[in-house]
Amino acid sequence: MDIRLDSISHAYGRTRVLDEITLDIPSGRIVCLVGPSGCGKSTLLRMAGGLEQPTRGQVLQIGAPAPGCLNPLTYIFQDFALLPWRTVQGNVSLVLEDQALPAARRRAIIADVLERTRLTDFAHALPKQLSGGMKQRVAIARALAVNPAVMLMDEPLSALDAQTRELLIDDLIALWTRTPFTALYVTHNLGEAVRLGHSIAVLSRRPGRVRHVVQIERPLAGRRHGDPELDQIQNQLWDMMRDEARQADTELAEI
Amino acid sequence: MPETPGGTPVRFRGGGFAPGGLRWVGAVVFVVLTALIELGTWQGWISPLTLPRPTAVAETFRDLHETGQLYAHLGPSLMRLAVGAALGVAAGTSVGILIGLFSLIRAGLVPLVAALFPIPKIALLPLFVIWFGIDEGSKYALIALGTFTPTVVATYGAVDNVDRTLIRMGQSFGLPWLSIVRKIVLPGAMPGILSGLRISLAIAIILLVAAEMLGAEKGIGAYILEAGALYDLERLFAGVVMLSVLGVLVSITIGWIERRLLRWRV
Repeated sequence: MDIRLDSISHAYGRTRVLDEITLDIPSGRIVCLVGPSGCGKSTLLRMAGGLEQPTRGQVLQIGAPAPGCLNPLTYIFQDFALLPWRTVQGNVSLVLEDQALPAARRRAIIADVLERTRLTDFAHALPKQLSGGMKQRVAIARALAVNPAVMLMDEPLSALDAQTRELLIDDLIALWTRTPFTALYVTHNLGEAVRLGHSIAVLSRRPGRVRHVVQIERPLAGRRHGDPELDQIQNQLWDMMRDEARQADTELAEI
Repeated sequence: MPETPGGTPVRFRGGGFAPGGLRWVGAVVFVVLTALIELGTWQGWISPLTLPRPTAVAETFRDLHETGQLYAHLGPSLMRLAVGAALGVAAGTSVGILIGLFSLIRAGLVPLVAALFPIPKIALLPLFVIWFGIDEGSKYALIALGTFTPTVVATYGAVDNVDRTLIRMGQSFGLPWLSIVRKIVLPGAMPGILSGLRISLAIAIILLVAAEMLGAEKGIGAYILEAGALYDLERLFAGVVMLSVLGVLVSITIGWIERRLLRWRV
């Protein structure tokens, strides 16, 4: 299933935040969305999954999600959004409990996603016992449990320290290599974007417009931290964004 | 500051401001205070008219126990407290959750609750006697209303404070409304609801005594009133001790529930 953002514009009161954004997220690819802070990239992501309504334009699903998909558009949040009163297993189970699934099938799904995210040994731990990286892996496991057609990832690694982030990038690449998923990945970290994006859309400062879309052909599994070619792309992206970011930084918040 | 060749050690200044668990101190304070009063009344520098001797109060308790009077008074009181508080807390939590969830109910009921809250509920006892009868009904109603308002306020505040990102998460996974309320909103509001419960139950005990003083033959309140009218300090204090013990027991119970239900808290 593909997702198309079709000329989306949005305004909060008189402040225009998004302007005529058109972007395709083709099946099986990761599209990264980068831009200076306050450019509306997280707003755009909330619209992509139906958590917010754009003033104009629409989000289109093209084609049907694969059979067995329980929640086509599934989010991974920056702050993990785990229920602190449920164990790792309980947090995954939460999103399956309202589906018409036989109990055995539900248990099998939970065991499978915990295995894929290497959390099997922590199934009965509470979120407060986990490190940030593990919490985000639980959130990823929860997202995988509903077998999403498109993952909508809102700065999923921004709350983590640099080393944990590096480890989780590897985890995400491994997951994608095993079963390619479709994702719209919002980040302000260009390093993450060049590691994980098949294409990278650069937004301008407010009101956000798509400035460039950069394609990276190199397979995800072949990308390494400190790769000169990736560094070069990252520098190009930063050159495009630097002035915008500087101006965005001096704007007063009006929202 | 003198220059030392190895350098001066940095002075520690990060202490304090972290009260911790020294549970036995409470018991020590209680024992010391009781012992002081005992000593004072025994030696005479506290006159028996000022304070009764703790041993005499203990003696009164033994009498009460042996004659069965203790249970004749405690039984009805506990019953009134349990029924009244259960009604008030159940209704208060439900209404609080509805206020927390629906704009219309919030707009309609918050001013009403604000208007009810400051009324001294004991002033309404005559009204309740007319509505629910002179017997247990009016006492249940009084305690129920007294616990209802603080429970409502605590509950809707707690619902308001539930992390919105968790609710968004539930919506983004397509959870039905009822599941979001049951599995996200309610557990998320539980800490606030339980701390509201502490206040509500303390109020319930106060109202219990007041109601029993105004019209009851049996009950801790009636017993204290009777002892007070006779200036029988030993019996008066025995009644007061019953109330204190009741308060401590309620507090311990809620603490136990909190530890069980809120184990997940950081």
